[in-house]
Amino acid sequence: MKISIADVSKRFGAFAALDRVNLEVRSGELLALLGPSGSGKTTLLRIIAGLDWPDEGQVLFDGEDALARSAGERHVGLVFQHYALFRHMTVFENIAFGLRVRPRRARPSEAEIRARVQKLLGLVQLGWLADRYPNQLSGGQRQRIALARALAIGPRLLLLDEPFGALDAKVRKELRRWLRDLHSEMHVTSIFVTHDQEEAMEVADRVVVMDKGRIEQVGMPQQVYEQPRTPFVHEFIGESIMLPVVVLNNTVHFEGRPIGVDAQGAPDGVATLFARPFNMTILRDAASDSLHGEVRGIHGIGPARRIDVALGGTQTVIEIDAPRSHNCAIGQLLYLRPAQYQLFPSEF
Amino acid sequence: MSTAAFLRRRTPSVIPGFGLTLGVTLLWLSLIVLIPLAGLFLKTTELTLAQFWTVITSRRVLHAFELSFGLSLAAAAVNLVFGPVVVWAVVRYRFPGRRLLDAIVDIPFALPTAVAGIALTALYAPSGWIGGLLAPLGVKVAFTPLGIFIALIFIGLPFVVRTVQPVLEDLDSQYEEAAASLGAGRWTTVRRVVLPTILPALLTGFALAFARAVGEYGSVIFIAGNLPNVSEIVPLLIVIRLQEFHYADATAIGAVMLVASFILLFLVNGLRRWSELRIGKRT
Repeated sequence: MKISIADVSKRFGAFAALDRVNLEVRSGELLALLGPSGSGKTTLLRIIAGLDWPDEGQVLFDGEDALARSAGERHVGLVFQHYALFRHMTVFENIAFGLRVRPRRARPSEAEIRARVQKLLGLVQLGWLADRYPNQLSGGQRQRIALARALAIGPRLLLLDEPFGALDAKVRKELRRWLRDLHSEMHVTSIFVTHDQEEAMEVADRVVVMDKGRIEQVGMPQQVYEQPRTPFVHEFIGESIMLPVVVLNNTVHFEGRPIGVDAQGAPDGVATLFARPFNMTILRDAASDSLHGEVRGIHGIGPARRIDVALGGTQTVIEIDAPRSHNCAIGQLLYLRPAQYQLFPSEF
Repeated sequence: MSTAAFLRRRTPSVIPGFGLTLGVTLLWLSLIVLIPLAGLFLKTTELTLAQFWTVITSRRVLHAFELSFGLSLAAAAVNLVFGPVVVWAVVRYRFPGRRLLDAIVDIPFALPTAVAGIALTALYAPSGWIGGLLAPLGVKVAFTPLGIFIALIFIGLPFVVRTVQPVLEDLDSQYEEAAASLGAGRWTTVRRVVLPTILPALLTGFALAFARAVGEYGSVIFIAGNLPNVSEIVPLLIVIRLQEFHYADATAIGAVMLVASFILLFLVNGLRRWSELRIGKRT
């Protein structure tokens, strides 16, 4: 199912949870809403689910107005961070709930319900737990049951609110992959909310990065990481080196001296240079038009080493990644030049 | 393992004071509850079994038992229905005067029951505000069992409200949201998701309201009219027997009341445990 969100705004008192949000969700895709807490991602999910209504704007499901329908009429499967399994029902009854509460004429027969629940239990690989109660299950099992319960109603859309947030790291990783596989099997349009960038990057087809009630960027994980459109996205996703610079005649100056990189068409004035720690090239020879600074610390294991460099007169410390083969010592002077970087003019 | 062996061999625990607190508890319960109750039964043994039987099966006593237990159960049942409604309104919605309403619920706790009795009597007497409206319809409230029923509802309400309230407050709205998204209507959600969750608390409130109603004296005697065989409750009958210096008769009635109450409360608690088991509070 295709979802169009147009100019959706939502305020809680003086706080703008969503500020004119526009988003197209493609049919069958797995979309991540990524952002820090308070960015509005959960509010957006709740509006799509029908648990909240926007102050303004439109939500269309395949061109139909979704806001005119209640949560129950939208046929949306919902998975909560804390599972929200009904404690007084067995796993079986939890999954069967959505079928049993249908109006009598639309309700499947008992035999059909049994068959459907058994099939879903098989799908989440927890068939042997049918007669247990939720409090007898582990967190990972509960979340899989919650997913089975959401899938039981044959949802046109699956919404997951921080689905792995309450689980420990190892289970979270397992479930991520499992969700990915499940989605490629079922192809139901899915949106999940997360504040964990690694999770979003690994699982989603596309990522929506949100901040302060606005969408900062929408794109494939690779795109969002390699071509962040705003300083916020660059800083929020992956590690960043940030340098206050000045652009003059299409050259970039740091602390009043050119550093030998192109301004990429940025206008003259104050700007911030963003780069990834592994995109700093260490120059073999001393060069006046480069960044230079003293090595303050060397640490890290694995293929790359992390080097702390105190730059120039301001002693701005940046962290760069250098290959293990590169020899350097504390106190040594390094000449650096960003191989890949982005310039964002300062707005203030 | 015998009790002695259990006490000797209990595993070390970081929670201190098991022996001390259990000792104080037993001593305290003995002084405050068990010894007076034992005295009650002891006093009863002054009667022969035949005398005892005659006392407790007399028409007046049987009627009083029927009235006390019947009306107490009925009043607790009414509170079982309306208590949760009050809780729902106070917990789930925000409206002006909500906190005031919340405070009013406690009044039956704090008010001297005699004051409540007099107030209710004044209202429901044929000359009172409400009684005056009901009189032309042929409904008499004050000085009839109906009056007792109303007084017992009054004193029982806060017990149900105050036991259910914290449980409903703790019930995260995500359960209702999950039910709604699965297609359940409002009423289905309440019936199949909310009620089973608050059932143990409801039963506890019911038991407390019932226990209080059985023993209630002050508010009832004013509104009841206290006609033997019509509107005379057991606690009043006991007082009457005491004033007639029939101490053994009074204790016999008291003992029967005690045993009956104990059995009823035991049953309700059993029901509560079973419902707790269902919602997975115990395993």
